[in-house]
Amino acid sequence: MAHLNPTPVLEPGQDRTLILNMGPQHPSTHGVLRVILEIDGETVVRMMPDIGFLHTGIEKTCEAKFYQQVVPLTDRIDYLCPMTNNLCYVLAVEKLLGLEIPPKAQWLRVLLNELTRINSHLVWLGTHAMDIGALTVFLYCFREREEVLKMFEMVSGQRMMTSYFRVGGIALEPPLGFFDRVREFAGYFPSKVDEYENLLTGNPIWAMRTKGVARMTAEDAIALGATGPTLRGSGVDFDLRRDMPYSSYEKFQFKVPVSQEGDVFARYMCRVQELRESTAIVRQALDGMPEGPIKADAPGIVLPDREKMKTQMEALIYHFKIITEGFAVPAGEVYQAVESPRGEMGYYIVSDGTAKPYRVHMRAACLANLQTLPKMCEGRLLADVVAAIGSIDIVLGEIDR
Amino acid sequence: MPLAPAITDLEQVKNHPAVARLVGWNAEAVTGVKFDREEMTIYVDREHIREACVLLKDDPACPFNFLSDVTCVDWYPSEPRFEVIYHLLSILNKERVRLKVRLNSASPAVESLTSVWPGANYFEREVFDMFGVRFTGHPYLRRLLMPEDWEGYPLRKDYPVEGYR
Repeated sequence: MAHLNPTPVLEPGQDRTLILNMGPQHPSTHGVLRVILEIDGETVVRMMPDIGFLHTGIEKTCEAKFYQQVVPLTDRIDYLCPMTNNLCYVLAVEKLLGLEIPPKAQWLRVLLNELTRINSHLVWLGTHAMDIGALTVFLYCFREREEVLKMFEMVSGQRMMTSYFRVGGIALEPPLGFFDRVREFAGYFPSKVDEYENLLTGNPIWAMRTKGVARMTAEDAIALGATGPTLRGSGVDFDLRRDMPYSSYEKFQFKVPVSQEGDVFARYMCRVQELRESTAIVRQALDGMPEGPIKADAPGIVLPDREKMKTQMEALIYHFKIITEGFAVPAGEVYQAVESPRGEMGYYIVSDGTAKPYRVHMRAACLANLQTLPKMCEGRLLADVVAAIGSIDIVLGEIDR
Repeated sequence: MPLAPAITDLEQVKNHPAVARLVGWNAEAVTGVKFDREEMTIYVDREHIREACVLLKDDPACPFNFLSDVTCVDWYPSEPRFEVIYHLLSILNKERVRLKVRLNSASPAVESLTSVWPGANYFEREVFDMFGVRFTGHPYLRRLLMPEDWEGYPLRKDYPVEGYR
């Protein structure tokens, strides 16, 4: 059914202004974002994003599911970085349970999270460049993204909706040859980033479309709740992976790219540098991958191995119980935040002691980042709106949930 | 790591920067504390939430200058029914604190934080949209995700998962 929101009332400030509707079916809104613009000639006077077209009530659905059944729902929030959402959710539930996760599972989670970041940034770079008119970059980026998706398929059987992490560990051991493939990818990927940079960074047309466009100061970014590269592009040096580490990120060496200018180009530079840093983390994770189990030793919570189910009575009973009645989580509440490719992805979970979450709330990085858009665009040219929307890297699935 | 029991005694946690700051300002505004799973929760009186946030934001020692999230939990049918939850972050000190305001079902309204953090705008609209909690002083309190003419508040516990209409 069509979305029934009537046009929000924007009283025209002067007679000569015009209300322009952009979206929701606009190719450069990255999904179904509708933006209502009040323009005076080519200048944006006021701007109002209108969202909710993709609202599917995931938070409500979570309340009717067992804890382990929520994991596949989390993929669908931000469909460009499923593993990050999986990770954030399972970390929150593990914090509620007080579970200790074996090191190998933690390192695998880091490895896959950084691959997810590369995947997400490649989609962003391709579409953002395409929005501004550089069509070639899109094809280059999707060539490498395809390889990342194939690696996801190797571990989880799915290209996009991976659902690979479980409460208490990860679902399966990665198949034979997976690490070699990742190592090969991590070896040649920096040279591919050079290719993208050759096409864009020094390109005078790219510079004209991005430098000095859609500026935002650090104070505005903090006040509006921006996180991730949108915040770091304005000169605020804050990254949850380094500053509030989770899943053993404290054992990895990486730089946090920060740019001072606060314009589209600054945010572009942050993300492109992050591609390189993520590759470095992937390499460290491969080199230092610990040996050991991939699931926590918690029989009532973690599903037993297939082999054990065929030979041990207890394993079969636990399997039956977890599948049919879930596992109870001690009452309490946690807020767990991770650094998703877009910023602070947070899960706030309230448990009332039963096997279903009482409340699951997702703090969507994009929702807060979207609020910065009017600040960036008002008083600027209409043509720059597309560049600004691309530069905050929004995913409407995450905004609307 | 086995779970430690939650600490709810104000005396034991008074050294936490946010607790110290709020109790030093107005002890009556703090109606309770909870330290559980390494996370600090402060229950703030509904009348004082905006001033408490201004105070925490401007704390020179540990400025909680970033509003991460605003959300709500419905404890239907018990009273006070709603808990509005604010997650504050100190970018400087890498510290989080959670503020909670309890609201009765008769008049679920609380002062808006948009004058402190403009970023509270969408979060509060979402809470209004999903729970029907009103934020006084909000510049544009309309539905955010649901259609404008939607009836009911979907995330309330007396709203079924399916078959509402």
